[in-house]
Amino acid sequence: MFVGVLFAILAVVLVSAALGVILARNPVHSVLLLVLCFFTSAVIWLLLDAEFLAIVLVLVYVGAVMVLFLFVVMMLDINIEEFRRGLANFWPLALAVAGFIVFAMINVIVVRKLGGGSLGAAPPLPADYSNTRSLGIALFTRYAYPAEVAAVILLVASIAAIILTLRQRRGGKPQDIAAQVAVRASDRLRIVKMASEKRR
Amino acid sequence: MIGLTPVLALSGVLFAIAVAGIFLNRRNIILLLMCIELMLLAVNFNFIAFARFLGDISGQIFVFFILTVAAAEAAIGLAILVVLFRERRSINVEDLDTLQG
Repeated sequence: MFVGVLFAILAVVLVSAALGVILARNPVHSVLLLVLCFFTSAVIWLLLDAEFLAIVLVLVYVGAVMVLFLFVVMMLDINIEEFRRGLANFWPLALAVAGFIVFAMINVIVVRKLGGGSLGAAPPLPADYSNTRSLGIALFTRYAYPAEVAAVILLVASIAAIILTLRQRRGGKPQDIAAQVAVRASDRLRIVKMASEKRR
Repeated sequence: MIGLTPVLALSGVLFAIAVAGIFLNRRNIILLLMCIELMLLAVNFNFIAFARFLGDISGQIFVFFILTVAAAEAAIGLAILVVLFRERRSINVEDLDTLQG
């Protein structure tokens, strides 16, 4: 009962925060509401016994990805009003598509009773169940190769992000270390032979 | 304990909101990226609910990989966005017509 009430409250907060994300005038408010979305989702995942992923969602998403979004939104000087002009007439289309998706989901879930039957009750977990342990066992045995591929994807993404945003300043005077090391005395110093002059 | 139906319904509503957001914020790339994050979150809800109700941990493994790929996508997308803003001084989608597509 308590879990049901908690889930209802969290669901209301989640849906209203998601609506705020897409309707907020200011992109900074959108990002902050998206952070709220992720927090409430993490709590709902805790209720669904996915503790490890809930913590990962808070650490990775709120801690890294959303902070990155916030940095970019604040760093770029964006004219907000320019984006809103003339988009009001897309309201009916957006509502129609969203309504169609909700209708299709209701059809699958309620009419076809996807959540009922043998799926209605979750299997009870043993008393010494550890979500992190079972996730780790699955990840490093059956899914070891996909985990390595995921690691490579992250490596490629970080290299790509660094290379994309790297820039050489124009007009700067950076040191060229290789040229400095490779220089020889004959490049810099000219020895001139000349006759000695008589002292006056 | 929560039933499976409310979680699936919540996930469907979240996904629909994200799709509507893509239509409403068609010009702002940052908001488009954020709507994609919302969609992935809705999908993850389904995976976690079914992982719990089918008693199979593989669903949670899949959420793990989705989080990985989404983080990579956000990093590269935002890097492209920063480079784009540096070149064009604008992130309006309608200004990106160099290829005349």
